[in-house]
Amino acid sequence: MSYRIEVTGLRKSFGTLTVLRDISLKVEPGQVVALIGPSGSGKSTLLRCLNLLVMPEGGQVRIGGDCFTFGGGSKMPGTKEQARFRSNTGMVFQHFNLFPHMTVVQNVMEGPVSVKGMPKREADAIARKLLAKVGLSDKVDVFPNKLSGGQKQRVAIARALAMEPEVMLFDEATSALDPELVGEVLGVMRDLAAEGMTMIIVTHEISFAREVADRVVFMRDGVIVEEGPAREVIDTPQQEATRTFLSHFHNRG
Amino acid sequence: MSYTWNFDIVWGYRWILLSGTAVTIGLTIAVIVFGLVAGLVAAIAQLSRSPVLRWMSWAYIEMFRLTPLLVLLLWFYYALPIVTGIKLDALTASIVTLTLYGGSFYAEIIRGGIVSIDSGQSEAGMALGMTPARVMRRIVLPQAIKRMIPPLMNQSIIQFKNTSLVSVLAVPDLLYQGQVAAMDTYRALEVYTIVAAIYVVVLLPLTVVVKRAEKRLAQSN
Repeated sequence: MSYRIEVTGLRKSFGTLTVLRDISLKVEPGQVVALIGPSGSGKSTLLRCLNLLVMPEGGQVRIGGDCFTFGGGSKMPGTKEQARFRSNTGMVFQHFNLFPHMTVVQNVMEGPVSVKGMPKREADAIARKLLAKVGLSDKVDVFPNKLSGGQKQRVAIARALAMEPEVMLFDEATSALDPELVGEVLGVMRDLAAEGMTMIIVTHEISFAREVADRVVFMRDGVIVEEGPAREVIDTPQQEATRTFLSHFHNRG
Repeated sequence: MSYTWNFDIVWGYRWILLSGTAVTIGLTIAVIVFGLVAGLVAAIAQLSRSPVLRWMSWAYIEMFRLTPLLVLLLWFYYALPIVTGIKLDALTASIVTLTLYGGSFYAEIIRGGIVSIDSGQSEAGMALGMTPARVMRRIVLPQAIKRMIPPLMNQSIIQFKNTSLVSVLAVPDLLYQGQVAAMDTYRALEVYTIVAAIYVVVLLPLTVVVKRAEKRLAQSN
């Protein structure tokens, strides 16, 4: 069990549209993997399969010591098992999805208090520490609608971290942000990577992927076309499809 | 128009009208509380994964929404005992009918409020490791209830006025007592004017509350 995340033969289709065809992926502890590819390539679906927000139809997902097998007559995990499985992965969404009826600190406390049953005082201390870490100590008691997009996303990262997950999943975490706010979120993600968090990042920020990710996985039409060390895949892609995709970004530096 | 109004006679019936008002208010409170419970159950059934529950709840909602309340009242009082052998006294029949009738409207408001919450909210809750029930209680309902309050209050105001129909079953509500007073005094014009005024006076503060709730809601979002 030297891998933190192990995906084997994952399959998923929506109706007649096949989104994932036999995907296999291994991630070592502390590794950062960037999933890149055109829209509709299945990268977001793959990420959502990893915490069961989308139920795979076949294959196997193991995160840490928790493993589920799908399809082939194996029983679907019950809602309680699914919830326990998800609590071990932190997810950051494109549109933040903060809880608007809770203050910033309550957003971050919600997981530990309501899922782990942690005493409020303890959860409050953890939440404040995490908010300090993402640079939002001055915003703990405001409601999310008073925050900028970049601040919202940093709260969302703190909220996911509060569950002390074994892995963090980022689903286009900066795609909905104004360009000048992207940097502050990428900065937090960079720090996390440096601390040794295992991360899978779906992103269009190619230069960030090149700099921060250990490995880059390029997907198209539900299959992994090419994968390898980040700099190799981005600087000298071997596949024609990868080259074509990356050529759209090169003029952006 | 040579009618001379005489409200002095009505003054003698003030206690009867007051007791009728009390019955109307009590009945309204009961059918709002029971109706909200019925509506919540039906709304949750509408959103359940079980097709049987969804179908049953749909059948209930449409049956009561599409039948005139007066017909329902008469049916529950006169037909139900013959069909099922269950005999309800007039007050019980009124409460049951108004509860189920109001519940069918509440159900649609509650269901609409729940589905209006962005699915990203549930996903964020699930991603933290919450069970679907906890997501509903901690994340979705607190937001949905805020949106439901103005339409629920409007529906409750309608329920208050709907209770006047129970006078046909001789439940001693405000309208029934008004009819008694009108027949006693032959002063129907005065009595029914007073009765109408009482309905307005009781409801006026409520409409102000609804208006204010709507305004606050618009500001907070």
